[in-house]
Amino acid sequence: MSISTTLPASQYSNYQNKVARSRATSEPVWARWTLIAIVLLFLTLFLIVPLAAVFTEALRKGFDTYITALTDPDALSSIKLTLIAAAIAVPLNLVFGVAAAWAIAKFEFRGKSILITLIDLPFAVSPVIAGLIYVLIFGLQGWFGSTLLDHDIKVVFAIPGIVLATIFVTFPFVARELIPLMQAQGKEEEEAGLVLGASGWQILWRITLPNVKWGLLYGVILTNARAMGEFGAVSVVSGHIRGLTNTLPLHVEILYNEYNYAAAFAVASLLAILALVTLLLKSFVEWKVARDAQIDEKS
Amino acid sequence: MHKKYSKNAKQNILPGFNLSLGFTIFYLSLIVLIPLSAAFIKTTELSFNEFWAVVSAPRVVASYQLTFGASLIGALINAVFGLLTAWVLVRYKFPGKKIIDALVDLPFALPTAVAGIALTAVYAGNGWIGQWIEPLGIKIAFTPIGVIVALTFIGLPFVVRTVQPVLENLEAETEEAAASLGANRWQTFTKIIFPAIWPALLTGFALAFARAIGEYGSVIFIAGNVPFVSEITPLIIITKLEQYEYASATAVAVVMLVISFLLLFAINGLQWWVNRRASALS
Repeated sequence: MSISTTLPASQYSNYQNKVARSRATSEPVWARWTLIAIVLLFLTLFLIVPLAAVFTEALRKGFDTYITALTDPDALSSIKLTLIAAAIAVPLNLVFGVAAAWAIAKFEFRGKSILITLIDLPFAVSPVIAGLIYVLIFGLQGWFGSTLLDHDIKVVFAIPGIVLATIFVTFPFVARELIPLMQAQGKEEEEAGLVLGASGWQILWRITLPNVKWGLLYGVILTNARAMGEFGAVSVVSGHIRGLTNTLPLHVEILYNEYNYAAAFAVASLLAILALVTLLLKSFVEWKVARDAQIDEKS
Repeated sequence: MHKKYSKNAKQNILPGFNLSLGFTIFYLSLIVLIPLSAAFIKTTELSFNEFWAVVSAPRVVASYQLTFGASLIGALINAVFGLLTAWVLVRYKFPGKKIIDALVDLPFALPTAVAGIALTAVYAGNGWIGQWIEPLGIKIAFTPIGVIVALTFIGLPFVVRTVQPVLENLEAETEEAAASLGANRWQTFTKIIFPAIWPALLTGFALAFARAIGEYGSVIFIAGNVPFVSEITPLIIITKLEQYEYASATAVAVVMLVISFLLLFAINGLQWWVNRRASALS
């Protein structure tokens, strides 16, 4: 299939459309290629050139400088902290996403549309404000500031704050991915499982989750990419303590502000590779979903 | 209405409603609702006059103008080029199309700080693109134009990804009918295709706009951050925080929150409308 695969469900009608598309419903060749050229120019200026610049700038001073920048102790500790934050935020938001999708997709209740809007809230909030609200609660002047100080617990300007801010900004991804999928699947299969004597957890593990596994994986990929790359929210709560509370994106900022451009772009290139892997996995998941849909159609 | 719903809930034999909804509301409150309410409660430390003095200070007002103006221009650029991109990706064949299609999501996946330094490097006076534009008398990096460039970048996927599926699902028959009745391609586009896709286009535009308003990471590197000229509102909040002015930082944050929430409700309404139209058409 040569048609793009954003919405796998529409594959079939796509195909029909394509077969039916004749000269009367298409543009002249010159118009087609002009439009393609405009789009390619736009995407080159805004996407491809900046992406290429990351790698060129990273390797400008040679491969040795590149490796040195990545193996610097501060860089390594920022990699570690980024992995820790993602390792906590992703599973928590995954569990939340499954629970929220189960309640919203399988049951009817009052206030459901309000709940869906509330789950979307973190998308609408500026990352800077996401950081700010945790400072207001856990900061020295905050609600729990003095209590935390008495017990010598640090949240803001420490790892817990970074984890909290990361959870906040990645909060809706899995839920948003799963809710429409599970709504579309209906609940007949689950009810059949129940009638055959399966417990709730068995239904979840054996029926519901396998049915939505690709959407789930996609949600996790998105959550992970955002968790590792978050900058604004983490910047507010981290306090920028080098080697201690710096994640990868914050380390990029510090190096850049020190005019250490080669090192900044070297660390940035790691994040760019992460982004490219994310896009690759996304394409793979979409291809899988489209193929499964085709197999379903044939059977 | 409500009675019917609660009756359905009783008939539903699936287990786990209380557990899953209970956990959802608990986690939502803990991570999102209670922390966000802290912002509104913190503002009550200020009297209304103090609050107004903070949020209407000339430097803050200048930042709103930049943030909203640049977000609007960025979203408009994305509406035009996003529609074109979606069109080209759905309707035409060309080499490298699959890679281009996948790359459209790059701004979602690329960390904003990386986008920020990359755009700065490219659009600065000595950068790959900047060196060709600066001799024309146009400076991009470290000016408000740089802010627009960054906000266009981060909003780029929204219009493409909202318009693309609608365009894919358009039936060829209506276009054929228009053509057989003597319409040319441009008439068919403005009278048949555009009316079908414009709610999705508007939704994508609103999403790009909403995302741009709160954006911080990709902007601060390229903006130059000159007060009254190229200082965005999220940076004002950070600056106030660094000066330990928590209450006034929060006051500006509350203004942004209220506007963002209104936009979120508008977008949800739009999406509901798009879905209703889609199901009415099919």
